[in-house]
Amino acid sequence: MSVQTGNALEPIKRSSPRFESFKTFSKRLMKNKAAVIGGIVILFIILVGIFGPFLLKTDPNAQNILNKLQPPSKEHWFGTDNFGRDIFTRVIYGTKLTLKVGFLSVFLGGIVGVTLGVVSGYYGGVIDTIIMRIMDVLLAFPGILLALAIVSVLGGSLTNVIIAVGIFSVPAFARIVRGSTLQVKKLEYIDAVRALGAKDTRIIFRHILPNILSPIIVQATMRIATAILTASGLAFLGLGAQPPAAEWGAMLSDGRSYMHNAGHMVMFPGMMIVIVVLAFNIFGDGLRDALDPKMKQ
Amino acid sequence: MIKYIIRRLLQTIPVLIGVSILVFSLMFLIPGDPAQVMAGEGASQQTIDNIREKLGLNDPAYVQYGRFLNNAIQGDLGKSIRSGRPVMDEIKIRFWTTVELSIYSTILAVFLGLIAGIISAVRHYTFTDIAIMIIALFGLSMPNFWLGLMLIQWFALGNLPFGDMPPWLLEIIHMRPSGWGESWRQMILPVITLGTGGAAIIARMTRSSMLEVIEQDYIRTARAKGVSERIVIYRHALKNALIPVVTVIGLEFGAFLGGAVLTETIFAINGMGRLTIDAIRQRDFPIVQGTVLVISLLFVLVNLLVDISYKFLNKRIDLN
Repeated sequence: MSVQTGNALEPIKRSSPRFESFKTFSKRLMKNKAAVIGGIVILFIILVGIFGPFLLKTDPNAQNILNKLQPPSKEHWFGTDNFGRDIFTRVIYGTKLTLKVGFLSVFLGGIVGVTLGVVSGYYGGVIDTIIMRIMDVLLAFPGILLALAIVSVLGGSLTNVIIAVGIFSVPAFARIVRGSTLQVKKLEYIDAVRALGAKDTRIIFRHILPNILSPIIVQATMRIATAILTASGLAFLGLGAQPPAAEWGAMLSDGRSYMHNAGHMVMFPGMMIVIVVLAFNIFGDGLRDALDPKMKQ
Repeated sequence: MIKYIIRRLLQTIPVLIGVSILVFSLMFLIPGDPAQVMAGEGASQQTIDNIREKLGLNDPAYVQYGRFLNNAIQGDLGKSIRSGRPVMDEIKIRFWTTVELSIYSTILAVFLGLIAGIISAVRHYTFTDIAIMIIALFGLSMPNFWLGLMLIQWFALGNLPFGDMPPWLLEIIHMRPSGWGESWRQMILPVITLGTGGAAIIARMTRSSMLEVIEQDYIRTARAKGVSERIVIYRHALKNALIPVVTVIGLEFGAFLGGAVLTETIFAINGMGRLTIDAIRQRDFPIVQGTVLVISLLFVLVNLLVDISYKFLNKRIDLN
């Protein structure tokens, strides 16, 4: 498109609608100070998880019995545990484990949940009924119980926790995606694309999924917080990463027996869980408000 | 109304069957031979065969499921591998402890959550609102097992973050009013541990639901007519704002039943949660199946009651 200015024809620069909506979204997100702080904390924690272990010179599993149960000091910022291991080092190493469980389980649950939700919402009928009744069954296991039941039979390990927490996340994704798909598939442009002869897979991947990304992203961010809480709960019960892995929930569990004289053993790993979960919750809230302003109103 | 209740009950049946299939299938998820796993390492072939025979693992899966369902309907959930006692008996003696803990936690969560949510909505976008919502966000993000440990450290061991608790405060905390039993005191910390997260969720939900209702025309009309603010909030706004909150309360009660697993472990409470964890550690799967099944059934029933309560809260809701 161009307009005539004087004698020359100058092209008007127009950005794509998607870029424009991204710009509006970023502006809204940046206005939300809490969300920005949450985002910065998440970024910082990711960096700590990736690079932290390389910057530390101490081994997270290095024992020094003579130095056990030391309170926080200049040498040991978070003190030492019952084996004389440096809790700060273990907390930093644990960051990677925690983020790994959080991201991978939500990724797994997201892939399965989104697929089931789209198929259910798009095709409807018997497929929809079957999928949604299965989701109802999964939702009938309250709180941590489903993940707990799965890990109890598969055995306690980090991989099994990721699988269990992933399955635990599936119904939440499936329900939200189904609802959004039902809304989008009724829109006229979907009818138009179908009339042009587009196949179902093309309609789903090119026209439905890009338009329901907002609730998926918000859900994923919020679910990471839940996944971290659930996984650390399982580790606390001894059903997560096995010793001597520096998992925050497992560290809390180790510290239980020494609370009367070494409260720092439970204080710091717990604080880290709170900070990470809080950051994801705040950022998720901000994302939701920025992506769906109607919801905020 | 009765039609709706019957229809809703019928809708629950497939979910209950699904839950029973999933709980039954847990046995098949065990890597390797379930009888071998339950018998433990180094068990003799005779022991393994006995377990297999006892659990009927030699039969085809559908026969096993049919038997499981038939027995479960009659209240027979099999026998514990370790104690040899019926699973139902093991659950019965612990059932009310967990339900009691969940009910008290729900009461605390509803009480705190509603008050905080209403204050926050009435004073929206003020310092009070922001402070309450920040506290709620913390409550939401705090692992309840950590909160439990911190409460033990502060109030049971008397180690506050900045030094020891003064003796007079410890005396008050450990004081027992005459005529009160010991059990209520043992429940205080577990109930706070379990209820805090739920209170945060209810507070957030109440606030957003109230804000939505407060902006409705009928509230404006009530105010224009000169109805006092107290009546506007409590009689007109809250009643309608409560509908979505009731759903959350139902879900939270369920979450407390599930969350009791952690809380009971921390406070050494002999409820169904602790029974589940002990059974998992001892690989006593009939007990695991039994507790998971009972807790899930209870959760489904509570949600059914919540759905039915909608009609009483708001007559305009079309249940069909």
